[in-house]
Amino acid sequence: MGGAKGRTVLLQGNEACAMGAIYAGCRFFGGYPITPSTEIAEHFARKLPTVGGVFIQMEDEIASISAIIGASLAGVKSMTATSGPGFSLMQENLGLAAVLEAPVVIVNIMRSGASTGHPTGTGQADLMQSRWGTHGDHPVVVLAPATAQEMFDLTVKAFNISEKLRLPVVLLPEAVVGHIREAVYIPTEGEMEVLDRKRPDSYENLLFFRRDENGVAHPPDLGTGHRPHYTGLTHDEDGFFTAEPGKVNAFTVGLNSKLELHSDLLTDYREDAVEDAEIVMVSFGVTARVCSHITRSLRKKGVKAGSFRPRIVWPFPEKRLKQIAQNAHTFIVPELNLGQMRSTVQCAVGQDKRVVGINRVDGTMLTLERTLEEVKKVLN
Amino acid sequence: MNRHDERYEVLLSGSGGQGIILAGVIIAEAGISHNLKVVQTASYGPESRGGASRSEVILSGEDIDYPAVTQPDFVIALTQEAADKFAPRVRPGGSVLLDSTWVEKPPPDVQATIASFPLTEEASNHFRKPLVANIIALGFFAERNPLLGPDEILQAIIRRVPSHYRELNEHAFAFGRELAGRKTA
Amino acid sequence: MPAESFIKKYLRQRVLPTIWCGGCGLGTVMRVIVKAFDDLKIDQDKLVVVSGIGCSSRMVGYIDANTVHTTHGRALPVATGIKLGRPELEVVVIMGDGDGAAIGGNHLIHASRRNIDLNVFLLNNGNYGMTSGQVSPMTPHAHYASTCPFGNLEHAFHLCDMVKSAGATYVARTTTFHYMQGVRLAREALKHKGFAFLEIYFQCPTYYGRFNKMTDAPTMLRWFKENAVRYNPEKPRELKKGQFYIGKLWEDNTKDEYTDLYCKLCNRAAEMVRVAK
Repeated sequence: MGGAKGRTVLLQGNEACAMGAIYAGCRFFGGYPITPSTEIAEHFARKLPTVGGVFIQMEDEIASISAIIGASLAGVKSMTATSGPGFSLMQENLGLAAVLEAPVVIVNIMRSGASTGHPTGTGQADLMQSRWGTHGDHPVVVLAPATAQEMFDLTVKAFNISEKLRLPVVLLPEAVVGHIREAVYIPTEGEMEVLDRKRPDSYENLLFFRRDENGVAHPPDLGTGHRPHYTGLTHDEDGFFTAEPGKVNAFTVGLNSKLELHSDLLTDYREDAVEDAEIVMVSFGVTARVCSHITRSLRKKGVKAGSFRPRIVWPFPEKRLKQIAQNAHTFIVPELNLGQMRSTVQCAVGQDKRVVGINRVDGTMLTLERTLEEVKKVLN
Repeated sequence: MNRHDERYEVLLSGSGGQGIILAGVIIAEAGISHNLKVVQTASYGPESRGGASRSEVILSGEDIDYPAVTQPDFVIALTQEAADKFAPRVRPGGSVLLDSTWVEKPPPDVQATIASFPLTEEASNHFRKPLVANIIALGFFAERNPLLGPDEILQAIIRRVPSHYRELNEHAFAFGRELAGRKTA
Repeated sequence: MPAESFIKKYLRQRVLPTIWCGGCGLGTVMRVIVKAFDDLKIDQDKLVVVSGIGCSSRMVGYIDANTVHTTHGRALPVATGIKLGRPELEVVVIMGDGDGAAIGGNHLIHASRRNIDLNVFLLNNGNYGMTSGQVSPMTPHAHYASTCPFGNLEHAFHLCDMVKSAGATYVARTTTFHYMQGVRLAREALKHKGFAFLEIYFQCPTYYGRFNKMTDAPTMLRWFKENAVRYNPEKPRELKKGQFYIGKLWEDNTKDEYTDLYCKLCNRAAEMVRVAK
């Protein structure tokens, strides 16, 4: 960002995330301490009171996500941060946020393993949970930053998406990205786009949950003179419970259609040398940093290799992968889990393509040597 | 190894409380002021409370994709355990600095220049603060690394340490630079 | 004002009638609550009513205010977020004994402990009515429910004592038999600055009553009448088995309220930043 007026500082990923949130206008954080996310809470505890924001440590993670939903309905941009065990507890009201159309951002710094697992280890095994962890059909958007800079940038983007589409957005970095220190460019005010939810002055016939031409409903903030009713039940455009099959269907389809209708906003990936690639490494988050390193060195040796990394992992950028699959015959999907994205890639590129996983679940990052060995095995 | 040649990797290791992480952060911040790309990572959790501690810094003129040290160009080890574990990983032709206060036996088969000084002891004797061993090490590093100048590192130190310890740290840093001019003990 | 005008003012006529069974005490409770709103001339535009899940939690649908029907047990943390986000709003929480004593029990303890300015009406019918009469933490020992057909092995506990020891600064109890007292206590709770807790026993003749040989509302109301003992701090009494105190049980006006404390903290923090600059 040459020529820009901001400043570049060494920041830990978690600090960059909290700073990005404040830049995006977040003024409410409710959370519960858990490794490896706690630096985010600590940063907010120091900074939010100085900018007129609210920091509160709640009694557990269910209370944390509940509190940020409440604050969001009251019109305050809100966020929480946690890790696997806490994210599991939050699933209940992640669904509530989706159904109430409450804009909230939830950061899940991925540790390693199921249950308590390996708290200081790193992993990527919450990929499916982040999309499908709560029950019922619901929209959720998931972003996967790979650098400290992206911890800032994608947090801003998470708030923008959540405000614009009125849905919960999950930021899904690995522990490594939460704790990495890198140079982060902090833009000046106004330099980066910050979106706020629409706040209509009036509503026709008290239909607070009627969708506009873009499929988004704009229910009013609490206490602004409209007296809306918010409920986690299936509801009609007036916000009240309905069990009428046609209306229940319209509710569920309408709620979920926000993702499809905004696929441009929700497609965000980085790719390198994929146009003529025969072999493509597909990965997300920190793992992608290993892949781009490897594919570049393969290119130097004449192998037609490329790399592809979704920054928004859900919705998954199937369309682009399908295009890439017109040339490529092999996809290598390294992950710090037992193959959660591999199957998604296979679905996207078709069953006739070779999709091979490289999986590591020992709490550490992929190493260059071992990954390269695995890649070579696939190439032979 | 498929390392990109423009990477310069530093591995600092010791035990919790020796200021290993801070030293890594200072090198990284000096790197930023030198317009380099930097990555700094550290071991943390239970390890940061007295056990083995490790801090990695990667400096590069280009974007750094792979964020872990692959083969360090410079290893600083402040304990025997750290020396045994990390000194042998140094790139042939690289540099190793050991704190002989704690490292009694320098590891064999290290294909690099090994410098060994009683950093903690010197810190106690000269400054009455064993804690500034890390800053002495940075002074040494400042003279022996090919990328960062002493003044960039010193400025990074000044920005990071409390102002009332500024002078102390400046002296410790200067002492470290002087050690680099000496023959290894 | 005509007698029933407060009903018209504070209820959403368009969504009535309620879903509650004949003889259910929730209609009385709703009347108590909106009467107190009317007595205090609470501005509906600045009033937020939050609930959890269960028969009682459906009440928010009928109240003409800003209303939020959340998930089971989670009304309090959602309300905490609303109150902290916009401290100038009047935030009322309506929940049942399942919400407050079982699944959301921990939230009740901690909201009390913070002494945040929420007004909690905990509507206690001693069972899970919405799901047709299962045992709740408030079902008395040896009473019956659909999931304790041989009698309840467990013991109910004293919610009022619990929230008091957790730090609530206004605690009271009443029943649907004691309408006038209910309105008075609801007013006091609403006026109180800090965490105010009013437990209201209400009858569920359809399930709780049916399982316990009290199949109509009058029988259950008589049961409340006969066992309720007016609390007088000057003259504590030994309660007989089945008896319970009603009235104001506790009030402490010495403890600072949470959103006030938070506001002061912000001023301190901003001042520290200003000085540092």
